[in-house]
Amino acid sequence: MSTTQILFWFLSVLAIFSAIMVVASKNPIHSVLWLIAVFFAISGHYILLNAQFLAIVNLIVYAGAIMVLFLFVIMLMNMNADTEPQKNKWLKIAGVIAGGSLLLVFVAALKNADLKNQLAQVNHGDIGLISNLGMELFHNYVVPFEISSVLFLSAMVGAVVIGKKE
Amino acid sequence: MPINYYIFLAVALFCIGVAGVLTRRNAIIIFMCIELMLNAVNLLLVAFSKMHHLALAASNATAGINGQIFVFFIMVVAAAEVSVGLAIIVMMYRNTHSVDVNFLNRLKN
Repeated sequence: MSTTQILFWFLSVLAIFSAIMVVASKNPIHSVLWLIAVFFAISGHYILLNAQFLAIVNLIVYAGAIMVLFLFVIMLMNMNADTEPQKNKWLKIAGVIAGGSLLLVFVAALKNADLKNQLAQVNHGDIGLISNLGMELFHNYVVPFEISSVLFLSAMVGAVVIGKKE
Repeated sequence: MPINYYIFLAVALFCIGVAGVLTRRNAIIIFMCIELMLNAVNLLLVAFSKMHHLALAASNATAGINGQIFVFFIMVVAAAEVSVGLAIIVMMYRNTHSVDVNFLNRLKN
C-alpha cells in the first residue's frame, strides 16, 4: 500500500466520521468544529489530487471565513446543548432511514457504471496549479468572474439591509 | 486512484448531509449540512476533472480544467449565500427568539 493510498483512506475515514459527528453532535459549537475537520479532510483530498489552488481557497474561504461566521452567529445567539431543539425519536429515525435509502439508491445505480478502469490522476498533472487556473479564468471565464463580483456586492448590500434594525 | 472510490466517498458525504437536513431542527445546523452537501459535490467535480485530464492530456494540455473553475465559482456563490442566509437567520432569531424550523413553519406572523 503506497503512501498515497494510506493518505486517501485516512482522509476518507476522517471526512466521513467528522460528517457523521456534525449531524450527531448535540452542541452546535461542536458541530461547527467537526465541520471544520471535514473541510480540512476535503482540502487534503484536493492536495492529493494536485489541486493546490482549490485546497488553499477551500481552507481560506470555508474553514477560515464561512465557519467563523457560523461560530460568530451561534455565539451571538448563545446556543448550547440545553437550548437545542430536538425532534422526536421517530422523526429522527425516519430521517436517517430516508438518507440511508438515498445512499442505497446512489450505490445501486453507480455499482454497475462503466467506470472500472477510469482513474483519477493523483500526485501528477498541473491543471490545478494557480498559473494554469489563472490563465483559464482570465481568458475564457472572465465574464462570469466579473459577474460574481456583482453578486458579492448585492449579497453584501442584502446582508446589511436584512440585518439592520428597523 | 480509481474514480469509483471518489464517487462513493462523495455520495456518502452527500447522503450524510441529506440525513442531517432531515433529522435536525436547528436552522443553523441545517444550513451547515447544506454546506456539507456542496463540498461533497465539489470533491466529485475535482476528481472528475483529474479523471478527464488523465484521459485527454495527450491531445489537450489543459483538459479537465473547467471542472476546477466550476468548483471555484461554487465556492464564490456559497460564500455569498452564507452571508445572506445567516443574516436571515439572525433576523428570524431577533423576531421570534428561536431558530427552531418547526416553530417557523409558516411565513405569516
